[in-house]
Parts: sequence; structure tokens; C-alpha cells
Amino acid sequence: MSVAGINVLVEETRARQAAARAPLLSVRGVSAYYGSVAALREVDLEVAEGEIVTLIGANGAGKSTLMMTIFGSPRARSGSITFAGRDITRLQTHEIARLNIAQSPEGRRVFPRMSVYENLQMGATLHAGRYFAEDLERVCTLFPRLKERLNQRAGTMSGGEQQMLAIARALMSRPKLLLLDEPSLGLAPLVVKQIFGAIRDLNTRDGMTIFLVEQNAYHALKLAHRGYVLVNGRITLSGPSRALLDDPSIKAAYLEGGHPVPDAAGQPAGA
Amino acid sequence: MQASRTGPSDGAASFPDILRDAGLYALVALGLCIPIVSFRTELSQNSALDLVPRWGLVAGLCAAVFVVRVLQRLVLARRDARKALTPSAHQATEAVHGEPNAGQRVSRLAVPVFVGFALGLPLIAVLATGGLSQSRYWIDLGILILTYVMLGWGLNIVVGLAGLLDLGYVAFYAVGAYAYALLSTTFGLSFWVCLPLAGLFAALWGMLLGFPVLRLRGDYLAIVTLAFGEIIRLVLINWVDLTGGAAGISSIPRATFFGIPFTAGDDGFAARFGLTFDSMHRNVFLYYLILALALLTNAVTLRLRRLPIGRAWEALREDEIACRSLGINTTTTKLTAFALGAMFGGFAGSFFAVRQGFISPESFNFLESAIILAIVVLGGMGSQVGVAVAAIAMVGGPEMLRNLGFLKAIFGEGFDPSEYRLLLFGLAMVAMMVWRPRGLISVRVPSVALKERRAIAGSLVREGHG
Repeated sequence: MSVAGINVLVEETRARQAAARAPLLSVRGVSAYYGSVAALREVDLEVAEGEIVTLIGANGAGKSTLMMTIFGSPRARSGSITFAGRDITRLQTHEIARLNIAQSPEGRRVFPRMSVYENLQMGATLHAGRYFAEDLERVCTLFPRLKERLNQRAGTMSGGEQQMLAIARALMSRPKLLLLDEPSLGLAPLVVKQIFGAIRDLNTRDGMTIFLVEQNAYHALKLAHRGYVLVNGRITLSGPSRALLDDPSIKAAYLEGGHPVPDAAGQPAGA
Repeated sequence: MQASRTGPSDGAASFPDILRDAGLYALVALGLCIPIVSFRTELSQNSALDLVPRWGLVAGLCAAVFVVRVLQRLVLARRDARKALTPSAHQATEAVHGEPNAGQRVSRLAVPVFVGFALGLPLIAVLATGGLSQSRYWIDLGILILTYVMLGWGLNIVVGLAGLLDLGYVAFYAVGAYAYALLSTTFGLSFWVCLPLAGLFAALWGMLLGFPVLRLRGDYLAIVTLAFGEIIRLVLINWVDLTGGAAGISSIPRATFFGIPFTAGDDGFAARFGLTFDSMHRNVFLYYLILALALLTNAVTLRLRRLPIGRAWEALREDEIACRSLGINTTTTKLTAFALGAMFGGFAGSFFAVRQGFISPESFNFLESAIILAIVVLGGMGSQVGVAVAAIAMVGGPEMLRNLGFLKAIFGEGFDPSEYRLLLFGLAMVAMMVWRPRGLISVRVPSVALKERRAIAGSLVREGHG
């Protein structure tokens, strides 16, 4: 059997093992609306402890909406979301955060006028600074760039550094589940590689459970154990990442050219 | 990083140097004053010329020259320091300093200078004008400015720190004033009992305003708060049974020195302390009272900025969604900001009532809110020193224009400078917005305690830079 074949086997086994345990996060039949427009329709999704699960999809597919719905805003209109055996569908955003789910939101949303250090302190709000020194050391090892810039105002940093800060800030709350919304957005390939490397480290070294929403399907699937594909608010495909990477429809829609085929065909050249 | 910082020799002079330099200036001023100012000739009764010494005025002028020179040097040093620290375009990092930079050192000195001046103002005024009753104008002006400094600092919690644009702040000022007026006239409670009660009432009203506007931000929040301010004023006008309507409430008990009234009688302040009676005693007391209240506001704000709640306010100003996803309850955070800001507004209001002895809804119109907000915005949102400077400029500036009588010599007798006050004031505002659009002091000082920051900067930053 080839090395690739063994890898597939290993990942599939891992995926099966993960599914056998009770999932850390499970989303069941969730629909969400903006006014009367459906953004999510009957989404089912699971993230088991220790996994990296990715959600890929085109612009406007509802990826970020799903992320925000898990975090309680907008609320799911039907279905249920459970985290660590607890129903969080009706909780408010800050109450959900207090259950140790952390999020690096879309567009990073660091506090621009506050220093990196203060941003990290804000991340540690939940523990009132009890583990601050230890955690600071940890995120600084993960992202040495932040260590150099602790006193700098977050708004004056580059996009990549802000993304690192957003992830570091989320980690300061010692989460059981880390939600990452498009960490590669607008970043240079080298920086994306760095950040994805750090995410992989987090998972393999600390066993962090990660739910990754990405448009960059190739990198995301390379990194994750399992993946889901979201199209127009519906999950159309799911499975081990390697299987998804090899799936011809995914290849056509997300990997070659990076856009779904109909869009790519319909777009004028140079757009 | 190190190379870009200038040594102490160029730009940022040490404080003793500045003092020596300012002392020299004061000496020159004294030299000039002796022949020009120190004596006035007056015709005495037997039509001879008498020399009337005016040493108080000379002392005042010299002191003014000294203070202005010190301030000028501090400002210059600060600017130089900032220039030296501004990173070049190639240098991505801001100055990450193990030690406080020259600008920070200077601003740390500027604050004691300010406070010292504020503490000494009555004395300076008395010396400069040559008598307690002659100094009334200056002390009253000081009280007025400090009232606005306090209001500015109170509103700064809501607008500057929490980022909630509040156009109806005067409502809390009114609540505080009426709370004191009504409690003292109907129940005969003393000022010191009423003060915390007025603060509590105002805080309660702050929460009442806070609840309906929790979901609003920016323009919409501003409109609702504006309406709230007007509602309070209209209620005060129309609820005649309670508030006396447009006629207001008069004969509010005046301030006492912790129970000792400022009267000419035997049990009055002057008699108890063996002084000759002067109605100015009360004004000086009021001056120190509002100074203490303002400093209390400042101290509480500075303290809160370092506590989780203060940091939550600032984070809320920066990004509400990020705040919530970090587990911060934005509802309580907003409500505490409204309540605390309102409480200090209430304190200032009851001070206003005890000082005036008479209040009416007229004093609490929208213009007041606008002035207080302008002070906060001009000062640089969130900066305590900036707010104080802006209050001096906004309130003291127009007053100073009243004193431009000498312009009559140039423009003729019909020229009244005080009519041009608002014009000049408007011009100054436009100039401000052109040259310093983010306020007088727009640099935000991180709230992290220096020691802690230095430890981090020392151990980690240098390592990173190699």
C-alpha cells in the first residue's frame, strides 16, 4: 500500500474514532435567517474533541453566518446547537463565550487603539488574569512576532500580525473549542503558511479542538481532519479531508482556480 | 529602536533646567515691571502726586510669566520628544520602550504643575488683585471652569472611554441639581447628605436612559440621548407641583463649612476661625469643593481604567462584537458606563445648585450638553488632561475675550469685543478641527501598570529584537 493510501486509512480511522465519541460541538438541523432571507438551511455538523474540522464554501455561502450562529448572533430559528452536552442555542453571545468557546472572528476585530498586551489581557477576561503570565508565554511562543510587539497599538500592525493577535487573544481564554473565521483572508501566502502551521501545532501539541471556516479550500482541507462543504446555506458534502480533496466536484469548484465553476465561467476576465 | 531615541541633551531638557529658565524669565519680567507697573501715581487730596505701590500685581504678572514659560517649555519638550520617537516609514514597530520616554516624563510633570496651579489659584488671585473681594472674578471663573472640567471628566467615561455618544448629558446635571434642591428645601437635608443621594439619583436615571438604548450605537444613540435630555428639561418645566416649573427653585440652602455657615454672626465661619467676615470665604470654599469633586472624578476614572470594567469600556468602544465574543457582558458594561458618568454629572449638578442657590430649567438646555460634549471631543476622547485643557479653553477662553477692552483704542469707542466672542470662538473651533482633528491630546496611554509593562518589555521585547 502506498504512503498516501496509509494516510487516507489513518485519517479515516481517526475520523471514525472521533465520530464514535460524543461530539464536543454538534449542530443539528439549524436554520438561520436575516430578516426573511434564509442564510442557513437545516445545517448538520459535528466537531469531536481533538479534531480540526473545516467548513469550506464560496462567498456568501453562509460560512460566517454559521460561525456567528454557533455564537448566538444571529440566533438559530430552528434546530439546536449543543456544546459539551449543553444546549447553547438560546444563550447570549457572552454566555456562550463563558463556556470556553473562543472565536477569532471574521475580519480579525482586534481592538485597534489598545496595545497588543491589552488585547491579550482582554482575551483573558474570563479568568480575571489568573493564568495570564503563563498563557502570555504560551501564545508568544506560538507567535514570536507578537512577542516583539507587545507594546504596539494593535491597529498599527500588519494584517498577518493582527490575525495572529486575534488567534492569540482567543487562546488567552483557554478555550475547549476554537472557532477560526477565515484566518487566511487577505494575507500573503507565506503568512498564511505561518498561521496554518501554528494552527496545526495547536492541534497536535495541545490537542486543541478547532473549527475552521475557510475560503482557501486547498489549505484548509490539507490542514483539517474532516471537512464540510457549504453551498447556499446547505451542507452538500462532508467527509475526511483527503476524500474531499480528491472529490472531482470539489476539485472543479474550489481547488482549480479557487472559485466554483459557474462563477468562474460567468465572470468577465480580470474581475 | 534605540538609535531613533534622542539623548536627554537635545530636545527634552530636564525639569530643573526648565524651572531655572522660567525663573530667569520671571526675573526679567520683574525688572520690567518695577519701572512700568509697580507704582501708580494718584492725585492726593492736597493735589500732590502720591505713589501707590502695586506689588501684588507685579507678583501676579511674574508668576504668570513663570507658569506660561514652564508650560511652553513642557509643551515644546513633549513635541520634540514625540518627533524623535515617531517611527520612520521603514520602521514598522512603534517605539517599544523599557523606560518611559521623554514625552511621558514631561506629561507626568505637567499634571502636578496643573494640580498645583489649581490648588494655588485663590492665593495667586488674591495676591495679584490685592484683596479677597477683588479676586472674586477670578475665583468665580475658576469655579466655573472646574465645574466644566468635572462635567467633561464625567462625560468622558461615557463618550471617551465607552464610546457611547451622549448628547443629553445635561439631563443628569439637572437631576443632580434638582435632587439637591428638592431634598434640601423639603427635608432640610444638608449638602453632604444630599451629595451622594443626588449622585445615586442621577446614576439611576443614567440606567433608565441606558436600558432602551442598549442596542443603539452612533447616530441613533446620539438622537435618543438628545431626546432624553430634552424630555428631562420639559418635565422640569411642566411638573410645576414638584419643580416649580419655569420659575425654578429658589432659596436653596447655601454651602456651609461642614455645618458651619458662612455668615457674619457669632457662630459663622469667620467668627469661629477668628477671621474678619468676608463673603468671599464661601466662594473660596466652593472653589476647593469643586476642585475636590473634580479630582475625585479623575481619580475614580483613572483607577477604573486599570480595572476589568474600565478595560471592558475601552474594548467596547473599540469593537462591540469582539467584546461579546470574549465573554464580556456588554449590557452591564454599557449600563455601568451610563450610570457612573451620570453619577458624576449628578455630583456636579448638586454643586451647581448649592453654589447658585437658585435653579431653573433654563440652566439645563441643550447648549450645555453641546459644550460639555465639545470639551470631551476637543480634549481628545478619553484623555483626562486633554479634557481639562479643553475645558479651560472652552469656558475660560470666551471669558478672556471680555477683557479685550484695549481693542477699543484701535477700533473706536463703538467696538465691543465681547460681541465678537462667539465669532472668535467659532474660528478657534474650526482651526482646531483643521489642525488637531482628533482632539488636543489624541494619544492614548495604555492602561497597563508601568511596572508590569516594563517587566514584559524588558524580558520579552529585547529578546525578540536581539
